[in-house]
Amino acid sequence: MIQVECPNCGLRNASEFRYGGEVNPRPPQPLAIGDAEWTDYIYMRRNAAGVQTEWWYHRNGCGTWFLAERDTKTNAVVRTYLWGK
Amino acid sequence: MPNKLLKQALSGQNPARMWRDHDLKDSYDVVIIGGGAHGLACAYYLARHHGLTNVAVLEKRYIGSGGSGRNTTIIRSNYLTPEGVRFYDESVKLYEQMSAEFDFNVMFSRRGHLTLAHTDGAVRTMRRRAEVNQLQGVDSRLIWPEEIKRLCPPIDVSDHPRYPILGALYHPPGGIIRHDAVVWGYAHHADRLGVHIHQLTEVTGIAVQGERVTGVQTNRGFIKTGVVLNATAGWCTTIADMAGVKLPITTFPLQACVTEPLKPFLDVIIVSGSLHVYVSQSDRGELVMGASVDPFASYSMNGSLAFVENLAGHMLELFPGLRHVRVLRQWAGLCDMTPDFSPVMGVTPVAGFLVDVGWGTWGFKASPVSGKRMAELIATGRTPDLIHPFRLSRFYENDLVGEKGAASVGH
Repeated sequence: MIQVECPNCGLRNASEFRYGGEVNPRPPQPLAIGDAEWTDYIYMRRNAAGVQTEWWYHRNGCGTWFLAERDTKTNAVVRTYLWGK
Repeated sequence: MPNKLLKQALSGQNPARMWRDHDLKDSYDVVIIGGGAHGLACAYYLARHHGLTNVAVLEKRYIGSGGSGRNTTIIRSNYLTPEGVRFYDESVKLYEQMSAEFDFNVMFSRRGHLTLAHTDGAVRTMRRRAEVNQLQGVDSRLIWPEEIKRLCPPIDVSDHPRYPILGALYHPPGGIIRHDAVVWGYAHHADRLGVHIHQLTEVTGIAVQGERVTGVQTNRGFIKTGVVLNATAGWCTTIADMAGVKLPITTFPLQACVTEPLKPFLDVIIVSGSLHVYVSQSDRGELVMGASVDPFASYSMNGSLAFVENLAGHMLELFPGLRHVRVLRQWAGLCDMTPDFSPVMGVTPVAGFLVDVGWGTWGFKASPVSGKRMAELIATGRTPDLIHPFRLSRFYENDLVGEKGAASVGH
């Protein structure tokens, strides 16, 4: 099992966390864009084969959502950090 | 067959290759990326039904090395939507005729498929699936613990487990097959009809000019072509990126395992969505078992102990008698999961770039029908009615085909 470093609690087994998917920023001007752009935001994914930035949630721990950079080919976690840091 | 074997043994010659290697040509009419059951089926039907033989199948490793050789070989059509049921039903029928069509034993074995319900909500879903199936002429019905026990004596239908069995969706046409043989059968016949199968040939780029495909760059050289089919399952977004096409797909690993061989005792396929397991007994006696996809997206095909532990726990709830049976090996494959648990097939905004992707955990059973219908689309330029519901543009038209309740386990 891979381990993920929670920014609050340290290195823990991945089973303690919930995976939240790749970071998918909301459209900056939600009212200005059309249906096609909304569809891209809701459904289309980069699905990177390599290092991607993604959300994790420490479900069985401190209950914090945080960001991780993980290589999806090897599952090696490059770094984890709180949003805005 | 025995005569053939004897002749072979006495002649002292090696048997003919089932498919041959070729030099890469400068151009092909159709290039199929991905040498799995889907890509090879499409090549076969292009040649067989439509006379298109100037076709190349590109495979970065060896044919059948991806999902086609990693699935749990279950074939069924007891889906939730009329679109899904009609589509998979054609596939079941093609699988049933496959050995005769190929003159090659793909070991199709009709077993009967039971999807167990452990909650009132699940019973309701099974009832709905049974009704939808029957309306499409597919044999499915809701049965109760007494009949489940009769069809499958070793299963525990008592009220002792944490989640007792309340009922099941019984689908007699469900079966299993030898998945490698399906790949080899398609490869052999595609090869004999003139298709070039190129193994160890990796696509590194796709040439697009003015929103139209013009060729494919590979590690063995450039191929000029006007039609490219992306049939690469778990890796499909990496190929679509090369053509600038966005897909609603995330890649998750799915693990499976087999036990040591046992005497034949299980002649039906048992599936439980609530317990996240499915199991069948192979002709060799091994129990072939699978579960839900891994909890996070990845292209890594490493197995995990957590998977085996979970699976074993749930298996013992269904079959307490298996407690001394040992797991022989485990593996993982990649699943290209879509938001509505239905595949994505057909044209894309880039002319000549077609997709046969989004096969998640439900791809192997659809190989014949998707190959046949994608070949029809390529040859005629018209999307067949059977696969129209699964077009990529459905996401832009809010016309999804929700199969979450029937396409896989564990949600």
